[in-house]
Amino acid sequence: MSITNSLNSNQNMQTKAFIDGSRLIVESLVRSGADLFIGYPITPSNLLYFYSSRRFPRMLAAPDEITTLQWMCGAASVGLLPVTATSFPGFALMIESINMAVMMELPMVIILTQRLGPATGTATSGACGDVLLLKGMISGGFAVPVLAISNFLDCWILAHEALKIAINLRTPVVLLTSKEMVMTLQDFDISRLPDLPKLRMNIYQKDEPYVPYEPNSTGVPEFLPLGNSKHQVRITASTHNKKGIIQSNTPDSLQNSKRLHYKIINNLPSFTFYELDEQTDARTLIVSYEVTSQAAREAVSLLRAQNKSVSLLIVKTLLPIPDIILQTISKYDKVIIAEENLTGQYTECLFGANVPPKISKVLAFGQMISPSMIVKEVMA
Amino acid sequence: MKTFLSLNDLPFCKGCGHNIVAINTEKALQRIENLEVLDVIVVSDIGCIGIIDKQYNSHTIHGLHGRSPALAAGISMALDNPKKKILVYIGDGGATIGLSHILEAANKNLNMTVLIHNNMLYGMTGGQPSGLTPIGFKTAATPEGKKIPPLDICKLAHAAGAARVQRIIAIGDFSNDIAEALKTPGFSLIEFIELCPSYGVKYNPDKKPAELAKESGIEPVLYTNVNRPVYKLEIKSDTKTLLDDEITITVSKDDQKKYNNFSLLLAGSAGEGVQTSGEILAETAISCGLSATKKGSYPVTVGVGFSLSEIIVKNKPILYTGIENPDYIVITSIEGLQKVQPILNELQGKTTIFIDKSLDFELKNKNNVEIIRLDLRTPLGARNCTIYSLAVVLKIKNLLPLEMFYNRVNTRFGKKFDLETLKTKISNLDLTT
Repeated sequence: MSITNSLNSNQNMQTKAFIDGSRLIVESLVRSGADLFIGYPITPSNLLYFYSSRRFPRMLAAPDEITTLQWMCGAASVGLLPVTATSFPGFALMIESINMAVMMELPMVIILTQRLGPATGTATSGACGDVLLLKGMISGGFAVPVLAISNFLDCWILAHEALKIAINLRTPVVLLTSKEMVMTLQDFDISRLPDLPKLRMNIYQKDEPYVPYEPNSTGVPEFLPLGNSKHQVRITASTHNKKGIIQSNTPDSLQNSKRLHYKIINNLPSFTFYELDEQTDARTLIVSYEVTSQAAREAVSLLRAQNKSVSLLIVKTLLPIPDIILQTISKYDKVIIAEENLTGQYTECLFGANVPPKISKVLAFGQMISPSMIVKEVMA
Repeated sequence: MKTFLSLNDLPFCKGCGHNIVAINTEKALQRIENLEVLDVIVVSDIGCIGIIDKQYNSHTIHGLHGRSPALAAGISMALDNPKKKILVYIGDGGATIGLSHILEAANKNLNMTVLIHNNMLYGMTGGQPSGLTPIGFKTAATPEGKKIPPLDICKLAHAAGAARVQRIIAIGDFSNDIAEALKTPGFSLIEFIELCPSYGVKYNPDKKPAELAKESGIEPVLYTNVNRPVYKLEIKSDTKTLLDDEITITVSKDDQKKYNNFSLLLAGSAGEGVQTSGEILAETAISCGLSATKKGSYPVTVGVGFSLSEIIVKNKPILYTGIENPDYIVITSIEGLQKVQPILNELQGKTTIFIDKSLDFELKNKNNVEIIRLDLRTPLGARNCTIYSLAVVLKIKNLLPLEMFYNRVNTRFGKKFDLETLKTKISNLDLTT
């Protein structure tokens, strides 16, 4: 069923939707083939939970976030595609189990709705303060794909892409958003939304014995569900060889562990998403991501209306960092990076402690970054 | 002959009860009719018992310390196939860590069997006491004996709703008991009382597992909850799309240019319709062909305290959904006033403040600020004061057609709202005050 048909059944009548991003994310994931939502309704991910309970074919209310991730791993190991939504306090509890899911190569989508920290912080205030945590959450520094939603269209498209990456690379994927993107209501023309194909796991079909961690040409093992009646499946979170047998630091097992990182890095071109709006004579570039992207887009309009040439880069594949991001930044004399946290976490991901002098940060803590804050920095 | 669990070269210390449980488990599995090797899914925890997975020819999954019952619960619910036997191998340490997972699975009465190998301590890490360690039992960390009685995991799991729970001293042939647990529909649990030959015997040389269990009141028991329903994860194949009529607004083909852009901050108290009224105002703008956003702020307690609603209306798509300087601030209660006081102190541009006449406030900078004091709370009562206030704003400032606003109020509330009274009160509003 196409969206346009479902909504504008009377073609003479013009309609618009008044919605929040949560609704689009959940609808997109279900249409894309996600089977099961498991979660605890922490603020501000509670709308995602609420919509999921109505829309997902299967829904499990978990008592806490450790249980959530464990149930998801169990469900993924028998072939379902699970999704959860949480915020920092819950995400922190999930991290050991996300490490397990990485090691077990289980596909899943984790929607991280950021809120103001530290700790419990302010549950009902937005923020974008979990980027460095995402960068370093896997022991050993392994990469986990993180896609950052910049507007309602991304809620739809990137939710689909997140599930696709999870399936193709057999990995947890974080869909990064924050309170205002998933809770603020806005008018939206949903006839703009493209239809989404249904995604499925590729299942190992051969008669030869299944080697659970034998990678294919893209570095990813084929999947076979636990409990199937044809081949034994061994899955483990401990360092293991291709057969899934626990081994302490043998060349085989270390090679297998390293593969988990490089399968993400080597396939990065297949999930590099960004938006680049360049003006040929511009010497200044504004870089942003997540909810601040909208302020950045508005700032660019304001600047161009004043005949100030400026280019805009909206980063959507936040982690790992695609080459195109630093390549684009390198072409400009002045670069403003706008992000809603205290220290400039994405800037630190890009440059470490050695931020080049041409970079200036527009930051905010406990409030949204406004277009005028960005304009001011460009004109400074 | 099929072999589920290879008993050659079991990886456990000589004299360890884990060996005896393994031998009995293989016997029990052989005894279940029509059970194939690939019908068994072994979920193993961390600790000595966790390494049993490589002995199995069945499916195996080896997870985190204490979490195997939750991992198994996920498998059980997603698989939903009682023919498959899900076996959780966990120690007393893991059972202590994952106690809530065990109780959750028992409470749901999920198809799975948890085998707790209670050797009275955390064996892999040097013999520290667990929650299941008997009172008086000596470990490296408690050389004078554990002072707190053990958790009775069998009573706990039974109280939570497990179909079958048993405690066994792990000596001799108890394969029938394991087979009974495996055959029981729903959640079954066996606690095996063992003594760790490496750390347990060393510090408690004269004790036997049965004596220790007796002294601590954790003797062999069998509990059942007969005919308790087994949890089944419901599959709804035809859920309704979220992009349906409930979110759609019919848009008039009016000339949007005739309306002015504006931003409005509605500040009031929880329970007085601040969020809903804000939505209705935004919906009104959308039905006039404009773009609108509504952002809400409130404490997590939801039912008490302040509530703020920020509405932006523009005749072009809105990107940034924050308000830098509101054109209108509508304050209907003292809690709303207290919340927006910092904003009032920072006002930079031209703003009109609508405020209930009972409220007093000070402004640092009165330039460009128009203040309209009115009775906002009594005409329709506190519950509807925000709807009333927004109608007042529309009437006085002529921002959007009142008729369109009334239409949206009617769409939202229908007969539950006395629209005629609102219309009359607004129409009779005395603007001279």
